Amino acid sequence: MELLIFYPLAGICIVLALGVVINNSPVNSAMSLIGMMLGLAGIFILQQAHFIAILQIIIYAGAIMVLFMFVIMLLNLKGKGEDDSWISRDKDLLLTVLSSLLAVGVLYKIIIIINAGDFNSPALPPDSFGTVREVGTILFTKFILPFEMASILLLVAMIGAVVLAKSKVD
Amino acid sequence: MEMVPLTHYLFLSATLFVIGVVGVLVRRNAIVVFMSIEIMLNAVNISLIAFDRYLNLHDGQIFSFMVMCVAAAEVSVGLAIIISLFRNKPTINLDEFNIMKS
Repeated sequence: MELLIFYPLAGICIVLALGVVINNSPVNSAMSLIGMMLGLAGIFILQQAHFIAILQIIIYAGAIMVLFMFVIMLLNLKGKGEDDSWISRDKDLLLTVLSSLLAVGVLYKIIIIINAGDFNSPALPPDSFGTVREVGTILFTKFILPFEMASILLLVAMIGAVVLAKSKVD
Repeated sequence: MEMVPLTHYLFLSATLFVIGVVGVLVRRNAIVVFMSIEIMLNAVNISLIAFDRYLNLHDGQIFSFMVMCVAAAEVSVGLAIIISLFRNKPTINLDEFNIMKS
């Protein structure tokens, strides 16, 4: 039953991720990426990580992708020459093919390693696993220090973004 | 109810990660490169959450929460850098940014 949900979701995610890489226009890439994020949220729900799935939709599909779309619209790259093309120059074709082959080789090796691993069928987690209550309790007790560090990180990133986008590059 | 084996999630994670790597290596559009980095971060999140359920812990979910925080910070700073680069030189083709190369 779970497999029946998993395979379509995984297929959609992989196809849309390929779409991000292959699409010429950044807007189409961003749309594919939004679809991929939503598919991954479905996969997280399948793994009983409800809280993370909701965060995935809010943070990734909501905030981050809106930021991407905003920047794409702001820069308005129509007619800026080769910016939108798949690969910028023909002489890069060899490098492209080589790097893709390298990456596929790495994937093949990873799959061999995963297959060699001995993973028994997992113990069934309780129904309350992954709910906001469970994750929140752990987040605010065991992991309170990383949580506060994350808030500092976000504050620093916010200040950094304002400073970078504000200053004139002379 | 039959559960999905852990290896399936790991295969999905590895595949998405490699797609992201290919995107970073192949594309020269700065924004698409950023999106490929997002794909890689998401692929890692799948692994974390799969192991998290396999081991019946919540630590992996907390860690993927942290990954999301870092991704949000990275995107906000990175896009600000792209905007200030674009102000300097009106292109986002990464091959044309060689001002650091003397």
